[in-house]
Amino acid sequence: MTAPLTSLDRPNSYIGRSLPRPNAKRLLAGRGRYVSDLRLPRMLYAAFLRSPHAHAKIVSIRTDEARALEGVHLVATGADLAKICTPWTGTLDHFKGMTSAPQLPLPLDRVVWAGQAVVAVVAENRATAEDALELIEVDYEDLPIVVDIDVAREAGGPLVNPGTASNICFRSQIDSGKVDDAFAHAAHVVEEEITFGRHTAVTLEPRAIVADYDPAAGMLTVHHGTQTPYQFQDLYSRHYGIPEARVRVIATDIGGSFGMKLHVYHEDMAVVGLSILLGRPVKYVADRIESFVSDIHARDHRVRARMALDAKGEILAMDVLDLTAIGAFSTYPRTSVVEGNQVIRLIGAPYRFRNYRATLEVIFQNKVQTSQYRAVGHPIACAVTERMVDMAAVKLGLDPFAIRAQNVIPDDAYPQTSPTGYRFEALSHQACLKRLHELMNYEGLRAEQAELRKRGIYRGIGIATFVEITNPSPAFYGVGGARISSQDGAIVSLTPSGEVRCLISVTEQGQGTEAIISQIVADQLGLAQEHVKVITGDTEVTPHGGATWACRGAGIGGETALQAARALKRNILEIAALILQEQPSALDIVDGDVVDAGTRNQRMPIAEIARIAYFRSDTLPPGTQAQLTVSHHFAPQGYPFAFTNGVQGCSLEVDVDTGLIKLLKHFIVEDCGRVINPMLVDEQLRGGIVQGLGAALLEECRYSETGQLVNGSLADYLVPMPMEMPDIVIAHVETPTADTELGAKGVGEAGTAAASACVLNAVNDALAPFGAAVNSIPITPTKVLKALKRF
Amino acid sequence: MDFEETAVKARAFSYFRAATIDQALDAHARAGDDARFIAGGQSLVPALSLRLQAPRLLIDITHIAELRGIGREGAYLRIGALTRHCEMLTEPLIAEFAPLLHAAAPFVAHPAIRNRGTFGGSVALADPASEFPAMTLALDAEIEIAGASGRRRVRADEFFIDLFETALQPGELITAIYVPLFKADQRFVFDELARRRGDYALVGCGMLATFASDRIDDIRISFFSVGNRPTRAKAAEAALIGFGLDAEHIAAAQAALAGDLAPPENDEVPPAMRLHLARVLLGRLLGRLGEGA
Repeated sequence: MTAPLTSLDRPNSYIGRSLPRPNAKRLLAGRGRYVSDLRLPRMLYAAFLRSPHAHAKIVSIRTDEARALEGVHLVATGADLAKICTPWTGTLDHFKGMTSAPQLPLPLDRVVWAGQAVVAVVAENRATAEDALELIEVDYEDLPIVVDIDVAREAGGPLVNPGTASNICFRSQIDSGKVDDAFAHAAHVVEEEITFGRHTAVTLEPRAIVADYDPAAGMLTVHHGTQTPYQFQDLYSRHYGIPEARVRVIATDIGGSFGMKLHVYHEDMAVVGLSILLGRPVKYVADRIESFVSDIHARDHRVRARMALDAKGEILAMDVLDLTAIGAFSTYPRTSVVEGNQVIRLIGAPYRFRNYRATLEVIFQNKVQTSQYRAVGHPIACAVTERMVDMAAVKLGLDPFAIRAQNVIPDDAYPQTSPTGYRFEALSHQACLKRLHELMNYEGLRAEQAELRKRGIYRGIGIATFVEITNPSPAFYGVGGARISSQDGAIVSLTPSGEVRCLISVTEQGQGTEAIISQIVADQLGLAQEHVKVITGDTEVTPHGGATWACRGAGIGGETALQAARALKRNILEIAALILQEQPSALDIVDGDVVDAGTRNQRMPIAEIARIAYFRSDTLPPGTQAQLTVSHHFAPQGYPFAFTNGVQGCSLEVDVDTGLIKLLKHFIVEDCGRVINPMLVDEQLRGGIVQGLGAALLEECRYSETGQLVNGSLADYLVPMPMEMPDIVIAHVETPTADTELGAKGVGEAGTAAASACVLNAVNDALAPFGAAVNSIPITPTKVLKALKRF
Repeated sequence: MDFEETAVKARAFSYFRAATIDQALDAHARAGDDARFIAGGQSLVPALSLRLQAPRLLIDITHIAELRGIGREGAYLRIGALTRHCEMLTEPLIAEFAPLLHAAAPFVAHPAIRNRGTFGGSVALADPASEFPAMTLALDAEIEIAGASGRRRVRADEFFIDLFETALQPGELITAIYVPLFKADQRFVFDELARRRGDYALVGCGMLATFASDRIDDIRISFFSVGNRPTRAKAAEAALIGFGLDAEHIAAAQAALAGDLAPPENDEVPPAMRLHLARVLLGRLLGRLGEGA
């Protein structure tokens, strides 16, 4: 029997279809164009001398010997670059009262974290630049160090920024409903303090930049491994006083980004200045140790949370305090408070309760900055909420699925506004929970768990519901004064040969942006996907837009491409109608041919329309001007964010003698609205989950008491590897957003959002027979054995 | 590799490829001992890139034929210093006569490292977290050393002195490791506890035991990742010799470990936890040994 026809059965129906990424073959064949590999004529190499101290005054810098070394072209200090670069401050207006000290490419008189770049050397090659670094002498005078979060909060304690009143960067409170009342009348209260270690992105390709200033043209070209070229075009223009039109940022292939490569880094800003000073291309690629001490870190939260419930297990209220330490500065231009802000606004998001109080305190310390990294704030909000829910379930004797099913916002109750002010258009927690229950064979896993416990094998099962923020409107950054676009632009052209080029502002960072944009354009225009070429990541060529962050590429970039393709199709059919002496509405395009809309009979190839329009316009009716290039911009309207949701589950085994944890299987049911390419969506989920599992069990930037990062190498900082990763089973529920024609929401961060919460719950489920619990991420063997009092 | 590549960050050094042991020793002496021998380079090259080491001269010993090869010599298996870690997995002579090395090899880092790293290099570096140096202790191996004053053989028990400190004098070179041939009345076990496959272990252990019927006639237990150097658990050995592998004696050996191991302070794995893990691992391994491994 043949399955019924679906929308996927018509020709060129690419939306919803698993197709390989057109650029994957090129990358696999070693033909990637990474900034790390780039070599320009007359290019020089930069290296940086870094501070060995977490906090110290710079007394003097002696560079004579370094300058004299053969092959050295420039030695630059903070003072040298301050003459040409204006300072920046990592604050946004909508975070009322937040402060952060102004920053320069290199410091003038004080270092504030160990690893901060202090002096730059530019030489014929990197090794010579490193030789020169060894000849530079810097005298430091130690200043009191702020490492520990409690020390940072002590009144009268040492200050990261002397002269300020405290180490507080930002404080915020939400108080909604009647929290005290709810706790006073609650039948049950659960309470826990959960800590989240610092971790970092560890991209395969480190940060890489080649700045190329041409003094004759007054033109700055920057080849930059970034996900946000337009943002950097704007920043280089404004901080170096070069007109925007004379700044070009090219972001080609990138070896991983994960949010880490959209922040301003001191070295990157310095490299632009070094190129301006020299009038030659200057390259800098961070090595692995430099990445560990200068890439942004993320998380580092300590959350105290309480949850009140009635006798039947109905959640009544939550009350949380989130303390987060962000390093010495708030990162520019997106700040370092967005994570904390999202933590307190996302806690409790899947659930119905209305009484919610949260306090956020963002604190300076002498470490490298933290800022936005994949799933900003989500893993913390999710772990805190879901741990509370599991603790409540244990206390009430409820099954983890049952207590969630009882408390989630019902699927038919949308739209809803959360107690924190987030507006949810339509979520599907009930459907996702139900699907996960079947998918993981929950009853079977529980039976197996009980059986194995009798034999001294301790397995744990964890689940975690989540809500993810995607498709952000200007409410995210624009309202705070940041020149970070929430709209995207596309330019779509029919080429003379009848193919289509799409230049679009969303960027490719390995996640398949170019693939899905070509699917959408081909689908909407009616031609084969391989006849659509997508071009991204060059501010001189592609229109201005937000690019890639906060899961916006498919939802906003995809809608931009859809609308642009539709507009081009209208224009093509207008010309076709003139040639065929038909009404445009009687025509359609299928597989690159203009056809009769009703009968699908072929009339003429669009290549023929292109030929006529470009080369024989004389044969068209007088007054006809064919418009075979269309530009279109799209900014999200309606809901400020397209929230998505889902639920993850996992099964793992704890070796209670060694504290080692074996992940057995991971599950996710996810609702990102319209799925454009199921294969890419699933790979996004898998990749995100693996990063979340790394955070759950392995990854942590550990510091000594003197503020030194003690595990800045890949031998000591553990990232997830294939041998330890479980199979990941994926299912979807699709609730498209009605805000766009496409209906797509984001998916890139959903995996990371709940994976660590899921593991935390599963480990505690495994430890339950011992009355032991862990409350700290990453869950190391040390923490497990301590909880079990094994040493 | 192109020198302009940004990846090259070592301080400049000279390079000499030695064809014989004497050439290598001469070159070292002429450089005033400001030289390093390089074979697999799996530890030295990162150290050079990090500028933790910056010798004037690198002496490439990988083309010295005498340092290669595996063969029987009397009661010993002679394993040339240049034997690569991966050969421990593939060479039949290793599997037959030094099966403990064969068992340890899959735990040594990852395939790419095993393809280059050498047995002699690993023993010479004496990383306290490495598998092979510790296994030379369990095997009662002898390390053959060439130096200006000629050749000598040092028992593994006398070779490892302190953190990265061995009986090797400046300018000396390991030529081969002699491992007593594995016998029919012997059994071995090896395992380690690590958070990820291929990582430096939290604790690792290998042992070789000679049985007289069901009693242990002799046993050598060697731990790694427990201190400044690979460490034999002599008190635990003493608690086992002359006895069968029953629960009581296994527990006694586990208890005795406190006298054998003194794990150092560490920000992530406290000494008491390391000792606990060593006991767990020892218990599991002795259990396997009792089952015939």
